[in-house]
Amino acid sequence: MHNSKPRKNEFLLTLPSMGWLMIFFVIPTLLVIAMAFRNSDPYGGIGDQWTFNTIRDLRNPNYPSIIWRTLWLSVVSTIICIVTAIPASYFISRISKKFQDIILLLIIVPFWINFLIRIFAWKVFLHPEGLFKQILVTLHIAGPDTLLLYRPEAVLVVIVYSYLPFALLPIYAAAEKFDFHLMEAAYDLGANRFQAFLRVYIPGIKMGLLTAIIVVFIPALGSYVIPDIVGGPSSEMIGNKIAQRTFIDRNLPHASALSALLTFAVILPAAIALTRKFFKEKNSRSIGI
Amino acid sequence: MKKSRFPLYITIAILVFFYLPIIIVFAQSFNASRFGGAWKGFTFDWYWKLFSDKNIWHALTNTLIIAVSSTFVSVILGTIAAFALYKYKTKLQVSHNVLIYFPLVIPDILMGISLLLFFVSLKIGLGLLTIFLAHVTFSISYVAMVVLGRFQDFDYSIMEAALDLGATWWTAVRKIMIPYLMPGIAAGGLLAFTLSLDDFVITFFVSGPDSTTLPLYIYSMMRHGSPSVINALSVLMVAFTFIVVFISKKLLEAKE
Repeated sequence: MHNSKPRKNEFLLTLPSMGWLMIFFVIPTLLVIAMAFRNSDPYGGIGDQWTFNTIRDLRNPNYPSIIWRTLWLSVVSTIICIVTAIPASYFISRISKKFQDIILLLIIVPFWINFLIRIFAWKVFLHPEGLFKQILVTLHIAGPDTLLLYRPEAVLVVIVYSYLPFALLPIYAAAEKFDFHLMEAAYDLGANRFQAFLRVYIPGIKMGLLTAIIVVFIPALGSYVIPDIVGGPSSEMIGNKIAQRTFIDRNLPHASALSALLTFAVILPAAIALTRKFFKEKNSRSIGI
Repeated sequence: MKKSRFPLYITIAILVFFYLPIIIVFAQSFNASRFGGAWKGFTFDWYWKLFSDKNIWHALTNTLIIAVSSTFVSVILGTIAAFALYKYKTKLQVSHNVLIYFPLVIPDILMGISLLLFFVSLKIGLGLLTIFLAHVTFSISYVAMVVLGRFQDFDYSIMEAALDLGATWWTAVRKIMIPYLMPGIAAGGLLAFTLSLDDFVITFFVSGPDSTTLPLYIYSMMRHGSPSVINALSVLMVAFTFIVVFISKKLLEAKE
């Protein structure tokens, strides 16, 4: 197999996808980082000088609070997704196969609906003149002037709504493969329910948890439409600023500088996850699975 | 030990959480009142308003052109990529794998802005072509992953047997490998198609003045139009999704 033909075949089979992704994914991503060091021209284009001014402009006094809000909204929504997905996927994996399929279908079905429409549904649901608000007022939980929309909490709820299925599915997949006899063994050995859960079950579904954290946290960091529709000016995230710099101020270098910041925030956890995945695959291959 | 009921309650709460806003939208689409603080009578008005909107049909045509063409190209590229990943275990494939993975985890807005910068730098006019290029870019990875999943159980020795028996390589691919992979290719294609129909953020960045797609149009309606008309549109889109899923399920069952 060490002649040149298989290598040539491999190259020909790899070229289409790799070439496409090099041109339309790798180069544009590097371009974003490069453009962060360009000045802007007054016509909304990219200037022809290299400069650190764009990066320096990131010291805009509004940015620290926006970056902080982006971080806490992403972290808290990830925690909520994981904490609710663990018991739910535990429940789903313990019922009969038929009911498992039904519940999984019920979880997936709402997410066939267009993303914008799902967010819009929340705007209708939380609307000041809507039914839900009236119920809350009647129950004296909310006052007539309480605003449910246009606040960071609304953004949080909708982020959880949008990404919870992405947490549920990998955790369920891990729970489904988990051998529940191990829990019984732990009980027999004197563990109480809480100890067995924490020290046997949670380590058993670790890979599912890790995937869930990545697939919720990273898209949450890049949220743009959700704060745009259900959040107000007081709930902006980095994504909103990138879009504003791009479409309203037409300052592409500034948008690039913000995007470069977000890229590094995203690549870090993604790189960790990928390395772990490769190690896991290597290990499972070496023991012959 | 008695089973805890807590996981059951959480599961029920999640399902209620998932369906509540959608049910409200359904009810609202027939409500004569705009925001539905009260039920002001049953009406089809919002649906009639929707059908008389010419721009929607234009946006729908654009959406379908892009979805069909980008699915076609990404299915071909993704399937070839999956084959390379399955067949070869070299260093090149490790980096190929990483490259396929990254678009799956990168947030849409980053892919959108980077493609916008790329097209602006090359002075490519924004329009249907740039949307098509962007959609192929994010679909390849999904198709490759789904088809690769199907490859995991493929026994390559069948291909070698066919080659030994005198089949050409291309005949073996066409008669053995492609039929075997077909469910994976179809599933990957369906995924690419729905992702393309659904995409707003990336499309928003790379679209031009005359290339409004349905999600872009919905977005502008959300900003400026009547919410009740969007409710009606939502109901129709949900109904359409269900019909497509139902038909594809029936087709798959019929094949089995």
